[in-house]
Amino acid sequence: MSGTTPGGWLLVLALALPVGGMLLAFALGGRTAERIALGVLGLGTVLAGMIAAEVYAAGAPLAYRLGGWAPPLGLRLQADGLAAAMLLTAALVLLAVALFGRAAQATPPGVQEARAPFTFWTFLLALAASLAAAFLGGDLFNLFVALEMLTFAALSLACLDGRPSQFRSELRYLFFALIGSVLYLLGTALLYGAHGTLDIALLAERAGADLPTLLAAALMTAGLLAKMALFPLHLWLPPAHAGAPPAASALLSGLVVKAAFVLLLRLWIWVLPPVPAGAGAPLLAGLGAAAILVGSLIALRQERLKLLVAYSTVAQIGYLFLMLPLVLAGDPEAAARAWLGGILQAASHAFAKAAMFLSAGLVAGALGHDRVAELGGAGRAMPMAVIAFGLAGLSLMGIPPSGGFTAKWLLLTAALGTGQWWWAAVILGGGLLTGGYVYRVLAGSLTAPPAAAPRPEPPAQGPERVALALALVSVALGLVPLASFGLVQIGRPILGGAP
Amino acid sequence: MGGLVDWLLAALVLGAAAWTLAAPTGFAAVVGFVGFGLLVTLAWVRLGAVDVALTEAAIGAGATGVILLMAVVRLRGGAEEVSAATPGRAVMVAAGLLAGGVGLALALAVLALPDPAPGLAAAAMARRGELGLGNPVAAVLMGYRGLDTLLESVVLVFAVLAVWSMAPDRRWGGIPGPRFPRQEAGPLALLARLLLPIGLVIGIHVAWVGAEAPGGKFQGGTILAAMWVLAWVAGLVQPPAIASQAVRLALVAGPLAFLLAGFAGMALGEGFLAWPPGLAKPMILLVEAAMTLSVAAALALLVAGPPERAA
Amino acid sequence: MSAVLPYSIAAAALVALGLFGLVVQAAVLRKILAFNLLGGGVFLLFGVVARRGAGAGATADPVPQAIVITGLVVAFAATALAVVLALRMHQITGAATIAEAAEDGFPDK
Repeated sequence: MSGTTPGGWLLVLALALPVGGMLLAFALGGRTAERIALGVLGLGTVLAGMIAAEVYAAGAPLAYRLGGWAPPLGLRLQADGLAAAMLLTAALVLLAVALFGRAAQATPPGVQEARAPFTFWTFLLALAASLAAAFLGGDLFNLFVALEMLTFAALSLACLDGRPSQFRSELRYLFFALIGSVLYLLGTALLYGAHGTLDIALLAERAGADLPTLLAAALMTAGLLAKMALFPLHLWLPPAHAGAPPAASALLSGLVVKAAFVLLLRLWIWVLPPVPAGAGAPLLAGLGAAAILVGSLIALRQERLKLLVAYSTVAQIGYLFLMLPLVLAGDPEAAARAWLGGILQAASHAFAKAAMFLSAGLVAGALGHDRVAELGGAGRAMPMAVIAFGLAGLSLMGIPPSGGFTAKWLLLTAALGTGQWWWAAVILGGGLLTGGYVYRVLAGSLTAPPAAAPRPEPPAQGPERVALALALVSVALGLVPLASFGLVQIGRPILGGAP
Repeated sequence: MGGLVDWLLAALVLGAAAWTLAAPTGFAAVVGFVGFGLLVTLAWVRLGAVDVALTEAAIGAGATGVILLMAVVRLRGGAEEVSAATPGRAVMVAAGLLAGGVGLALALAVLALPDPAPGLAAAAMARRGELGLGNPVAAVLMGYRGLDTLLESVVLVFAVLAVWSMAPDRRWGGIPGPRFPRQEAGPLALLARLLLPIGLVIGIHVAWVGAEAPGGKFQGGTILAAMWVLAWVAGLVQPPAIASQAVRLALVAGPLAFLLAGFAGMALGEGFLAWPPGLAKPMILLVEAAMTLSVAAALALLVAGPPERAA
Repeated sequence: MSAVLPYSIAAAALVALGLFGLVVQAAVLRKILAFNLLGGGVFLLFGVVARRGAGAGATADPVPQAIVITGLVVAFAATALAVVLALRMHQITGAATIAEAAEDGFPDK
């Protein structure tokens, strides 16, 4: 388990490439940063694909023992199905956002380097590095460092516009992120004190239902929930995500919150013994259900398009938590379905939400505002962006065929299969509410523009195509036969059996 | 039961913390925090962690204190806004109950930790020879958990750029921080002139001995950064423009050297972040030298803040 | 080994004080201070864990010590960023707190 597997070197490259790229981009500056980012993110996608293929072919996780030191003394990188799937999702979204950013975040002619573009390209690489560290890390403190990397990268991207009104919401974001990190770190101190290691695989063998372990898990969970903005800790997210430029919002909503979720799964499915985890899971799922309903209802009432999309993130994060009581219910068949459903929800939401923020940004840029009530004419001026928004909306609602549908269907059947019908009711209700707010936007965009309105400037084709491509991926995930998602099950601990 | 000294020290630490929270003015609170940091430094010595004590004094109390003191001078007013935003009694009680509950649970959990404590002291001590390092903490930082250290040095670069990126667009490429008038006479000028050469020597020494004795790049780098801040506040030096290539290279030198050394280990067949036997010590010292430079540059620039005027 | 009890209690109390301060203090600077007290408590807990694990010639387990050194540097960087954000907010809006100003965080362009 802790030795280096064939293909383990790919994990080193997947982490070292964006780290080195970020350092070089920072040192060389200006337009070079953009070129490095595009190259590195392109290569990163290839690497993520290779890692997923290797894990799938081997049917077992890849691992790399760093510096030749075996855990618990040393650290290791590891890619199981979960890590490989999330790494590939992140690589594709990052690449798409980079392509989108070529127009929106270009260094203006005549200057060597400008604040926003340089920050965007450098932190795009920083984000890639942080996500790779968070997905591939096998040690809880190493993952803490990854979380902190993520905090800096995400916050700077959120502040990219430098609007005066933004500093308050970003400062709140920073406080939530930092409290989350400290609570997580507090938990690792207890775990090390109790078990003498922070290696996830070793903790899985050693941790019992003792007081230090349970308190550590509770503190770490609270910290991660603050970072994921799970209801009722969600208030910081919408202004922070909606206030960022579209490319940054897409990354924050699509990817950054998912990194904390992967850590949460590492904690709940790997480290914690099944009995206390199973007892605590309904509580988390209950918060998730509340997030789905409250987030969707608030989204339904938003007057601003970007805030609507941001509240939709609050709701969609809730779905992720529904998988926990289903995976831990003790029914192996339902557990496998719920596991796949949860990860598919994370991936399809990443693509769909990125598509939504990018297309919302294009619409807002062309109309000069983002008031939901005055979107008339948007459909005629930029059909591709509106179609992208609509397709992404289908996936969020869970209409077949789409990745979101498959994800929600799997969760729903797992809920019914384990006799927990109330989660199924939440899934259905959330889908209806999502339909409501997506319909509001689409219906508004498809009406004729007010006669007096200035003709909106149609955006460039490239960025519109990127948004559409992301939306298509989120739909296409629903067309892939379920059997080929076997990847995500690799390395998942099975209750009462060997991993 | 601990000795009287430890009980007293623990009580003082808590007293300083309570003062930091309750102090009437922001300035008094920051002074309380610096005192807290110094008391915690003593606690680290009592806990047998001299490496941490050095870091706490340099970064926890020193550098953090400087940043907060500079901030408190610039954050004036707002008393009405603060009192309007201060939560009412009900929230206070709820927060007190929550915080107290967490504290109590934590204390109980610590008392429930297993005895003898599981840990890695023996393994860390036994294998440090393979790295040619006498100081086991250095062996953890550069060897066993090298990836943590590499990523953390990258975090410092993130942080510097994050701070810079908060500047207004038109200031990009400019000089960070406020301008301090040159002090020809007075205590600050004297302090800067007297302390500077001594501090430089101490900083380099602390970084250098880290391989064998308590010390290392973070502590040494912080002392170097502190010396630069002193010279800056005394008006003797100007921060460099953030567009300067030299500054950028100084910031990335450490993490880049670490990364390259990691790949060198891979190329030599030992694996990523492995130090080849025989070459371990000289390579580690080389990387540590680059890291000291980068840590010093990053901390100094974090204190200086975002660019505020044209180069 | 015997000296850890006072510091265990101090660490737990610091965490409580820091959490309390973070919730009830309104001024941003005070929140940043409270965050650092909370962090101080977490690090001290690692110190207790390190001391408990002393042995084999080490006065304290070096692994948690190294973790604290890494953590201190990261906490400093976070503090620096929070201070810069607070200063910028103060400079532009004159605000000294992050209390709810308006639900609408997306003003007209």
